[in-house]
Amino acid sequence: MSDETPRMEMETDIVCVGFGPAAGGFLTTLTRGLVNEDGTYAAESKAMPGMPPQVICYERADDIGFGVSGVVTKGRAIRASFPDLDLSQIPMAHEVTSEKVLFLKDPVGASRRPGLFKLADKVLGRWMEDDAFELPYIPPFLEKHPGMIFSIGQLNQWVGGNLMGTGLAQVWPSSPVAEPLVEGAAVKGVRMADQGVDKNGEPGAGYMPGMDMKAALTVVADGPVGPVGQELNRRLGMPEGNHQREWAVGMKCVVDLPEGCDWEPGTVLHTIGYPEPEIFGFLYVYPGNVASLGIFVPSWFDNPVRTAYRYMQHWMLHPYLWKRLQGGTLRSWGAKSLNESGKNGEPILCGDGFARIGEGSGSTNVLTGSGVDEAWATGVQLGEAVLELLKAGKEFTKENLQATYVARRRASWVEKEAEVARKSRDGFTKSVIAGFLGMGMTGLTNGLLNMPGKPVKPQDRIPSVEDYYKGYIHPGEIAEIRATCAKKGTSLHDALMDRVGWPEIPLDGRLLVSHQDALLMGGKVQANPGYGDHVRFADPHQCEACREQVCIEACSGQAIYTNPEGGTPLFDREKCVHCGACMWNCSKSDPKDKERTNVKFQAGSGGLHSVEN
Amino acid sequence: MGSEFHIVVCGSIVPDPLQTLAPQDGPAGPSLKNEMMLPAVLDPWAGHALFEAANLAAKNPGSQVWLVSLGPKAKLQQVMMSVAQKVPFQLVVADGSASGFTDAFETAKVLAGTIDGIAGLDKSKLLLFGGWQSASRGSGAVIQMVGEMLGVTEQFQGVDKLTVTGDGAIEVLERVEGGAYQKSVVDGAPAAFGWATGELPEPPNNPQVGMQNMQKNMPALMQAKPADLSGTSLKFAKVELPQQRRETRIVKDMPVDEMAREIVEWIKG
Repeated sequence: MSDETPRMEMETDIVCVGFGPAAGGFLTTLTRGLVNEDGTYAAESKAMPGMPPQVICYERADDIGFGVSGVVTKGRAIRASFPDLDLSQIPMAHEVTSEKVLFLKDPVGASRRPGLFKLADKVLGRWMEDDAFELPYIPPFLEKHPGMIFSIGQLNQWVGGNLMGTGLAQVWPSSPVAEPLVEGAAVKGVRMADQGVDKNGEPGAGYMPGMDMKAALTVVADGPVGPVGQELNRRLGMPEGNHQREWAVGMKCVVDLPEGCDWEPGTVLHTIGYPEPEIFGFLYVYPGNVASLGIFVPSWFDNPVRTAYRYMQHWMLHPYLWKRLQGGTLRSWGAKSLNESGKNGEPILCGDGFARIGEGSGSTNVLTGSGVDEAWATGVQLGEAVLELLKAGKEFTKENLQATYVARRRASWVEKEAEVARKSRDGFTKSVIAGFLGMGMTGLTNGLLNMPGKPVKPQDRIPSVEDYYKGYIHPGEIAEIRATCAKKGTSLHDALMDRVGWPEIPLDGRLLVSHQDALLMGGKVQANPGYGDHVRFADPHQCEACREQVCIEACSGQAIYTNPEGGTPLFDREKCVHCGACMWNCSKSDPKDKERTNVKFQAGSGGLHSVEN
Repeated sequence: MGSEFHIVVCGSIVPDPLQTLAPQDGPAGPSLKNEMMLPAVLDPWAGHALFEAANLAAKNPGSQVWLVSLGPKAKLQQVMMSVAQKVPFQLVVADGSASGFTDAFETAKVLAGTIDGIAGLDKSKLLLFGGWQSASRGSGAVIQMVGEMLGVTEQFQGVDKLTVTGDGAIEVLERVEGGAYQKSVVDGAPAAFGWATGELPEPPNNPQVGMQNMQKNMPALMQAKPADLSGTSLKFAKVELPQQRRETRIVKDMPVDEMAREIVEWIKG
């Protein structure tokens, strides 16, 4: 008798991977169109004859909307889907009432500011309030007014509730998908993650191989770090000249503002200049005296020992913000990495049996700083295309999807604006000043003028710690600090920030809390048993020799940590918030695939338990 | 040799225990701050009852499991997608509050009425399951009252194990003081059981079970009837969470022995 557990197999019509704004737009459009005005169904299921097409969406997180970000958006596509949208139906949603872009002066003196920023600190100083200069003009390409602010978690829950109420689509949380089922260049469905395995993925007690869900169409909406999208990129390659080399990690918290705070609901702030010139800040005020705030740390911020968490705390302590935040309470906290390559990062959008939508399909607009509405729009475009094909009784072939979905996408505002944005941030590959100039030029000339620059793979541009701190800290001293940190098991990043003059964070136990306390207080992590670790190292020997170990120093949840015996870092998924930053920011290439880093971010379950972010 | 049971599990959703909860007074009585925004999960106590029910049904061919849930429909939809992957059951929904601030008697009345309305339920085969306690507000009274209202007088609380014997009788282990168990034998159905933690772990997700469940359960969610909990005379004078005991204190360079001494002192109280 064989003790091999058989792999189950099922058939459906459409399987969708990942439930975010793109899948929300797709499923909303599709389910509405599946019912005719007379109540009959617009098409019949092939998997279950006599029924309407069976549509299944799998989501890794334990509930739809867990652990994602707040957003300000023009919401053109979302409004088009819900013309009578009443924002009061969606918790934490509000219209944008005021929008400001602030240049923040460095009140500490530890920021690595280029000369032009130092000059701006001085020149603009006389017009500053609390060390912040309010830009008198917001370029139209950045402006979100009129627009909306959302908690994406709450928006996703609202959309998901509406969808399941129709009975025409099922959205399954706690269902990580491991990989696509590929035959040649065609996708035949997806394979779920194995269960009953140890951390290395080896079968243990209660082993159950992940089910194969076969489908005529696989919709890949699993975002910038999703395993299905990644695997398709690996197998099919990227279109000529495209790459996914630019990214950012967004770290944010939701805060109960102190009583008397003068920020009204609908207030939107964007900040530049502090704590480092490369780091952007954002703050959105929700109804009920609650705000979502945080920073974006981009890939061109070449600090190999960057902890977004401490930078966020210094940013919160900036006098302009702290004046209004002091006395507030941390309610929720989290992080997410973003694919900022935009149009340059567009993968193969469709093929036989599959189509890609949302952030992982390169829809994020890096010039306007907008992604949610674009993701939703691509979902709507695919939804309309699928309805057209279903009604015409046509197959989901590459040609048919090109003629319906890709054609719609190419003709849309998403595509036109993405083309304008394509080269908008190339300047950042040279310097932060060139980057800002490039963005301004691109935005103001509608893409006619750009600052040139060639995006380099993150692992090729991350310098050594010694190089980054050249002129600030002597290499010998870095060696001493490194040895002390290794001995004590403490953060090298913290020690180096202390050394170059960043003041200690005055922890107050309410809003300014330790990184570990943020994990406990603000949306705890759930790591479901019976799944393999989703963060693995492609070649452990490279990790043993690695001097930077950016994975440890930049981990958003302190989930990757120093191995006390030296060598390959260790991973604790009870702390992992699934932001995926480790996959992007490793300083070594996968020996088998030079385009990728040595950190593998695979299918995983659980993650952050919060829908407020 | 097994018996055929009709097992009805009463269980609903509660705010995710990983979240920080804050009660507040609202116009309709006490509620949890940001309740509709908080993530919800299946009440862990009800979860134990459900997984035990599914296990019992699997061992006794011909048995069926119904999960009767009183909770807000929109939230139930999401949670049930996840729960439905665990074990086979049929869902029956009463659309109402699951805040934990509802009157136990009114809740029991709605549940008993809902169970009475289940088509095909044979009360002579009825095993009524539920959590001995609830993670939202553990009055521990609902299952007894539902049982009484349905005329089920054989009742057991703090149950950790059921064994169906050869003659169809059921041997029950109930928790009593001091970590000991009281063993009882009941002739068989009908009987009511308030489950403690049982013996079974949470089953892994099984997408195939999920698909089968949801073909029946999606219509149940759409057909959920509003629950009438208006008859209550219950008044809350005050609601508050236990004082938060966790206080962050930052101490640097404390020797390990000193830390150990402090922890020992803290444990001693």
